Amino acid sequence: MRVSVIDDACHGHQMCAIAAPEVFGSDDLGNATVLISGDIPAELQAKTRRAESNCPERAIVITE
Amino acid sequence: MTEVRKPVQDLLTDYDIFEPEFVKDPYPSFSEIRESGCPIARTERYEGSWLPTRYEDVVAIAQEYETFTSRGILVVPPFPGQGEGAYGGVTAPPITSDPPDHHWHRRLILPVFSPQSVAKFEQGTRDLCNALIDEVIDKGTADAAADYAQHIPVRVIATLLGVPLEMESDFTAWVRAALENIMDAEGRKWARKNIIEFFLAQVADRKQNPREDDFITELMNTEVEGKVVPIEYVLGVCNLMLVAGVDTTWSAIGSCMWHMAQHPEHRKQLRDNPDLWPTAIEELLRVYAPVTMARIVDHDVEFQGCPMKAGDRVLMAFPAANRDPRQFENPDEVILDREHNRHVAFGSGIHRCAGSNLARLEVRVALQTWLERIPEFELVDKTDVTWAGGQVHGPRKCLVKF
Repeated sequence: MRVSVIDDACHGHQMCAIAAPEVFGSDDLGNATVLISGDIPAELQAKTRRAESNCPERAIVITE
Repeated sequence: MTEVRKPVQDLLTDYDIFEPEFVKDPYPSFSEIRESGCPIARTERYEGSWLPTRYEDVVAIAQEYETFTSRGILVVPPFPGQGEGAYGGVTAPPITSDPPDHHWHRRLILPVFSPQSVAKFEQGTRDLCNALIDEVIDKGTADAAADYAQHIPVRVIATLLGVPLEMESDFTAWVRAALENIMDAEGRKWARKNIIEFFLAQVADRKQNPREDDFITELMNTEVEGKVVPIEYVLGVCNLMLVAGVDTTWSAIGSCMWHMAQHPEHRKQLRDNPDLWPTAIEELLRVYAPVTMARIVDHDVEFQGCPMKAGDRVLMAFPAANRDPRQFENPDEVILDREHNRHVAFGSGIHRCAGSNLARLEVRVALQTWLERIPEFELVDKTDVTWAGGQVHGPRKCLVKF
């Protein structure tokens, strides 16, 4: 599993970082950043899916 | 207000956001509109407005900022002789800005409210909550709204702005006149005058005596494309911080306190599983979203079959969107560990509440601190709780005993 954020769609709700703080962070403006480059470890995949399903802007893309 | 309220004939064509029952509990009305064949209601009251109630429609309107502009953001029109804007021609960037200016208006303040930046307010907020609890804990009773919630955001924002905390009661009175009692034209004018004069004096003082680590000084010295930002922008941002940062968060804290007073099982759930706090706060914000904003239609447009005209007001009922069963399972139920929660308590799109990270920190710390010190409490009288509504929804009197 890999994850990315569509920069133009993210408006900094930070709900991804609340759901999966190990996977998502914040830049200086409060917009989402992905902290893990490459594959998301198995133990964080459920949290990552949860982050996706909590983003009001649907800005998170998961590819498997 | 001398107007005699005419009874609502039909919610779909004559809703009244200031009708006392609606103010107290708008959710049954939202639900009735949402589940009718006409989920976007219309009223001719207060010079007319549209009220979308479905999540999908509210979010779509929020995203379409070129059609649904932020020239006016209050749920009622300005009074004769006043312009649109946050209230009466005084802007509140970036909330009242449209692109292209919106971009830099917003970019300049976002760093102040990033999660990293607001973390420094956590300890101060906790100390403040503890001091407020010290005042009431031996009495066995308190007004969770007026003795507790009301004092938290105003002091946090005053600290952030670097303005005197002793003026707390003035700030609160101005904000209430600006946002809560918005049918009172004189009150709105009075609030606007006081806020602008106050911040003009604060700016003048900083021109003479620039301060270190000071939000207003730094904002005054900020340059955009080689030029110092205009003073109107500085005043507008200060105006926004005060007006948007106080009533809203205080309402959210108050609603959460009202909820917790009635739900010992949720108090226990949080006590047993403190890791749940961040998710729980998002769920409480979903269910008790305090804020309804407005948009002004830019050009005639048909939206979901509704013939919207240029200049029409559209109420962004985020509280209604957050309880749409099409988006949220069992939407009226508080499920502290809700799995899927794309709530829009802070809005959606380019005008997403810039202060959301600070607001959720304040709500969390206020609840955590209270529950640590006063784990068991209940409402004194369920029927004796008063609410503000319209633009901002939350309890204004909420007596609890412990």
